[in-house]
Amino acid sequence: MIRALHRWPGLAALALVGLLALSGAALSVFPAAERLAALRSGDAISVAELATRIKAVHPGVEQIRRGPSGRITAYWFDNGTPGSAVIDPATGAGVAAADPDPVERWLTNLHRSLFLGDTGRLVSAAGAAAMLALSLSGIVLVARRTGGWKRWFSPLRGPVPGRIHVELARVAVAGLVLSSATALWMTASTFGLLPDQSAGPALPAATSETTGAPFAAMPLLVATPVASLRELSFPYPDDKTDVFTLKTDTGTGYIDQGTGETLAWSDLGPWQRASETVYMLHTGQGAALLGLVLGLMALAVPVMGAAGAVVWLTGRRGRPRIRGNVHPSRAETVILVGSEGGSTWGFAATLHGALTRAGQRVHIAPMSAFDPARTPAARRYLALAATYGDGDAPSSAKGFLDRLAALPAAPAAPLAVLGFGDRSFPAFCAYAAAVAAAAGAKRWPRLLPLDTVDRQSPQEFARWGRALGAALGIDLELDHRPVRPATTSLTLVSRRDHGHEVQAPTAILRFALPRMSPWARLFGRRFARFEAGDLIGVVPVGSTVPRFYSLASGSSDGFLEIVVRKHPGGLCSGALMALEPGETVAAFLRRNGAFHAGADRTPLILVGAGTGIGPLAGFIRANSARRPIHLFFGMRHRDSDFLYREELEAWTADGRLAKLSTASSRGERPRYVQDALVSERAQVIGAIRDGARVMVCGGREMAAGVAGTMARLLEPHGLSPAMLKAQGRYVEDVY
Amino acid sequence: MKKILAALALTTALTFPGIAMARPVTLTATLENYGGDGAYLAIYVTDAKGAYAGTLWMAGGKSRYYEHLSDWYRATGGSRAEINGITGASVGAGRTLEITLDLADALFDAGYTIHVDAAVEDMRDSPNDVSVPLTAAGAGKTVRGRRYVASFGYAM
Repeated sequence: MIRALHRWPGLAALALVGLLALSGAALSVFPAAERLAALRSGDAISVAELATRIKAVHPGVEQIRRGPSGRITAYWFDNGTPGSAVIDPATGAGVAAADPDPVERWLTNLHRSLFLGDTGRLVSAAGAAAMLALSLSGIVLVARRTGGWKRWFSPLRGPVPGRIHVELARVAVAGLVLSSATALWMTASTFGLLPDQSAGPALPAATSETTGAPFAAMPLLVATPVASLRELSFPYPDDKTDVFTLKTDTGTGYIDQGTGETLAWSDLGPWQRASETVYMLHTGQGAALLGLVLGLMALAVPVMGAAGAVVWLTGRRGRPRIRGNVHPSRAETVILVGSEGGSTWGFAATLHGALTRAGQRVHIAPMSAFDPARTPAARRYLALAATYGDGDAPSSAKGFLDRLAALPAAPAAPLAVLGFGDRSFPAFCAYAAAVAAAAGAKRWPRLLPLDTVDRQSPQEFARWGRALGAALGIDLELDHRPVRPATTSLTLVSRRDHGHEVQAPTAILRFALPRMSPWARLFGRRFARFEAGDLIGVVPVGSTVPRFYSLASGSSDGFLEIVVRKHPGGLCSGALMALEPGETVAAFLRRNGAFHAGADRTPLILVGAGTGIGPLAGFIRANSARRPIHLFFGMRHRDSDFLYREELEAWTADGRLAKLSTASSRGERPRYVQDALVSERAQVIGAIRDGARVMVCGGREMAAGVAGTMARLLEPHGLSPAMLKAQGRYVEDVY
Repeated sequence: MKKILAALALTTALTFPGIAMARPVTLTATLENYGGDGAYLAIYVTDAKGAYAGTLWMAGGKSRYYEHLSDWYRATGGSRAEINGITGASVGAGRTLEITLDLADALFDAGYTIHVDAAVEDMRDSPNDVSVPLTAAGAGKTVRGRRYVASFGYAM
């Protein structure tokens, strides 16, 4: 809900808000320039003294004004011609022209009304309202993303556009709230919606009808320092009934030109004071430094807008377009999707289409947006859930279990849960099982028992569809053809073979970066931007299901590198191992933000065995900042499958790798990587207690062994891998 | 050029019941190229004693700026009732405002004076920019204003 409140005004008002921000930033320079140029030597003297000095130079003076910058301007009518100048208060003489700057005037009119008069003012105000809505909803989203108000400035992870957007937002949002809220106030004031018009005191009924009192004989002018002057208007020559009008920062008064006495005075009301403060905060007139800061913050708006649009476009590509998605309030069937890479969205879209064709009103939404209060007409819920890692929620289901637990009672409409996963993993459909268990514990009525789909099997999905159709009393045929992600042809540049002697043929394959269109580069599509730890999906000939390999390089390295081990009978690994330089393979990129090393200086403990060295080697290669990295690498035999041996030696020499600990499972003293951790336990525990991050990559058994060893090592210190995982300081990439 | 046909409300002091005793008068005000935003103009009439008699036209829609038309504002207190139905847009630098209205015959050659107060944002206020006696002989002639009004005249 909050996200929609952020996204749609943002996209709709992108150009308008960007224009207002840029013109506002440009305008912020003027008050500062004026402040620097202003001659403020006269601030301490009285208005009477200033008026005397100016009158001596310009006998026909009609008005003296002091701007918030301290600049003093006088207007006169000498010998029948009007004149004006910026005044040096020390001499009363003019020093510069007082005409308004045409550039500033042009920018001001663009900023507040787009040169469209009152219509333009309302459009600009709408832009300010959009900015305010974006800022407030953005504040909630940032707090949600960083994990709470106290963690407002905590480091961010994830794709670059989103990081740019949030990094700028959390600094600039204060200024943007201030600028947009004051803009709305000023618009309301301009249109007379606020009771802030300065009435001034009532004109005196009678004056002395004499003239000629010297300024020194006017107590109000003598008592008022120039610093608080706004405006002094002189009486018309030849009009004995006219008066001096003095406006200061506290009020307005009239002075008799014959006697010099104060005829009337009224203070500024609270609304006028508020409006003046708002004006100062918005324009920087009288607060030039604040104005410059606000201007700088406004400069972030176009960048944030562009980055936000990229985030939205990227997010859209991850899921298919759902045609005819019914509004939640009218939906009788609600499909909840928990998807990591987007393939579960594809199944959900097929289900949505089939149910809609069967005449149902169907709403589809990510599980993370689960809110039964918004779906009062729902007669059934269908949850399609993938699993991330070892039973965690996939990205579009984050927070679902918390939302369910927070409900006073589960919905009365029954629920069916369908899990998606890969049976070769021990945590097969573990998240779907957790959802089903939580629903059961909450006494949520069950529509169908928990069912699963293995490796995106269309047959299993169709079978579940028939069971669902039977439960609903309709004929439901789910014909799902997985959409293959758009692949790019990668050309092998070189390969290095290892491990034949130890019956584990392994190769480091290096592919050339494919050529890309400027569009793909701009939006980071295809292979334009990637980091070590991201995945490439390779679709073997004769299969629809891709196999994933961790990248051992980033786009800045200028090549794509993966480490592949040949599995007996493995379709994909067999094809890759047979690849010769010059030959190509079809592949696509999948981001894996959870297994990025990050750009900060946090020390790393990297643990890998076999092909798991791939992304870890990529992290070390990218470590030009020389953050402390300790690598634990398990292999079979030093002479056969010591992958990246030369590089690791070179990286140790140039400081990219602080320490290397290896373990060989064959040979005179067989050791596993866990044993190396135990030997180095003092260093490992010390580093973790000092904040180091642990990243484990390799086979499932190895990862379980490492976690067990770590648990034993850390337990005496009141720590555990589970605690570190919760803080994002222990991450695994296992296969 | 703005051309506006305005019929003053019969309740104002300047008109009398019955169209036979009034005549259409065209007021024309051309502004200088003073290099600023659109000017607010208040066009009003004072009687032989200099007392405010009524407003003919207000060019400028935002009442918060009316205080800068300081003579008019002092005479009327900025009352919206004085300008109900006779308000138009502000007049740009170098532009001409032209209004036609029915003015009571009795106002001519009776000591009444037409005034124009002018104000421009961020520039000097100019009350009484124009002040010209309302006479039958003066019709068709133009006068120069003090600051913002390049020429002003009324024609029958």
